[in-house]
Amino acid sequence: MADKILNKIYVKVWRQNSPKAKGRFETYTVENVSQGTSFLEMIDILNDQLILGGKDPIAFDNDCREGICGMCSLYVNGHAHGPDTMATTCQLHMRKFNEGQTITVEPWRVGAFPVIKDLMVDRTAFEKIQQAGGFVSVNTGGVPDGNAIPILQDDAEEAMDAAACIGCGACAATCKNSSAMLFLAAKVSQFAKLPQGQVEAKRRAKAMVAKMDELGFGGCTNTGACELACPKSISIAHIARLNREYLKAKIAD
Amino acid sequence: MSNFLSASIGRKVFMSLTGLFLISFLLIHLTLNLFLIFDDSGNLFNQAAHFMATNPMIRIVEPILALGFIIHIIWSGWITLENMKARPQGYASGDKLLKWWEPSKNMFILGGMIFIFLVLHILNFWVKMKITGDPLLDQANGTGEEMHNAYALVSNLFINNPLYDIIYMIGGIFVGLHITHGFWSAFQTIGLSNINWMKRLKFVANLIGFVFAIGFSSIPLYFLIKF
Repeated sequence: MADKILNKIYVKVWRQNSPKAKGRFETYTVENVSQGTSFLEMIDILNDQLILGGKDPIAFDNDCREGICGMCSLYVNGHAHGPDTMATTCQLHMRKFNEGQTITVEPWRVGAFPVIKDLMVDRTAFEKIQQAGGFVSVNTGGVPDGNAIPILQDDAEEAMDAAACIGCGACAATCKNSSAMLFLAAKVSQFAKLPQGQVEAKRRAKAMVAKMDELGFGGCTNTGACELACPKSISIAHIARLNREYLKAKIAD
Repeated sequence: MSNFLSASIGRKVFMSLTGLFLISFLLIHLTLNLFLIFDDSGNLFNQAAHFMATNPMIRIVEPILALGFIIHIIWSGWITLENMKARPQGYASGDKLLKWWEPSKNMFILGGMIFIFLVLHILNFWVKMKITGDPLLDQANGTGEEMHNAYALVSNLFINNPLYDIIYMIGGIFVGLHITHGFWSAFQTIGLSNINWMKRLKFVANLIGFVFAIGFSSIPLYFLIKF
């Protein structure tokens, strides 16, 4: 079954030359796009057009294009990663759009993720949160036996669900408060459910929350938008665990 | 505990605990208010109001309640401002993920409306009962006992001012909507939730919100229709 062809679509894109420059929207026309084209391929086609016309191509983040690297971002028509569920922008296809439609494409709008150029944002803030405590300290030496520490299957599954986070930033981008709580919750949860991670649980929750606040992310108001926008469907139940871990650590102080 | 008060989660814990405290107060408030529609002589309501005004335990809780309201209101403004600062530039295409009317997105606006209603409500009744007095309060209550005729004050407002009936009905609905999000959200914030309990807490939140909205707005509606 051949894909349908969209004869003409309009793409309204945020253009910004540099972090300090004042940005603006520009609308481009793209013709003859197959609905089987991925959204990023459509931008590739548009960029070819721009280059042939002697214009600056649109800068946007992307890497693996199979939904696992967390590099692509883009806020498309009022949705982080576009109007599809459980998908990153690279997994979004043009079949979600209609003939003659105007598609608005914006970068993540989060104070802690400044725009670098056009649709690219600097997500170093997530790295900084991770570096503040999102790890397990390991002593060097021989590799321990995999079965030495028994772990419940349910706990392992829940930790793995949290570890599915690719750090794309859709949670903070979609949250009305630009809160990074779902990201933090995923990173705290993936360790909190496992014995190896529990050793540093207190320090981790405190350090990561303090770093998040310092970087200027907002607070969580439990709207649940992050869970809906998350390409990996990470549950806000992990946020309850993060709150619990944080409060336990703070009360003990 | 050093920076707990200013940390994002610390601030929210105050909202959560005061919110749960205010819900427990509203539960008692609604129960006593329902006496207004179950006894047209007003005796039941007057007895309840008299008990609340004179019981020493209630007298102790009253200033704590006022403090609960003040913290909940001031903290909400502080948190909302801080959260707005986290996104200096908004989206041109808006937010299409959550519906515009969802209480979770509108807690500050709903809370603000409830605050305006609360001021009006205090001026209508509390100020008259506690400070200025009102001739209606001194009306004979038919039992011969020495107590304020609170029923006369309340019923007079609701019978003679249909506008107030409508304001009070809207106020009740807003409180209900606020709680449909606030109740489960409070448990989430203090960490007392997980994947199973979230569903249960959301169900209870909707139930309490529904009972509060119907309960509080049924009283002015009763006076509007009956008298």
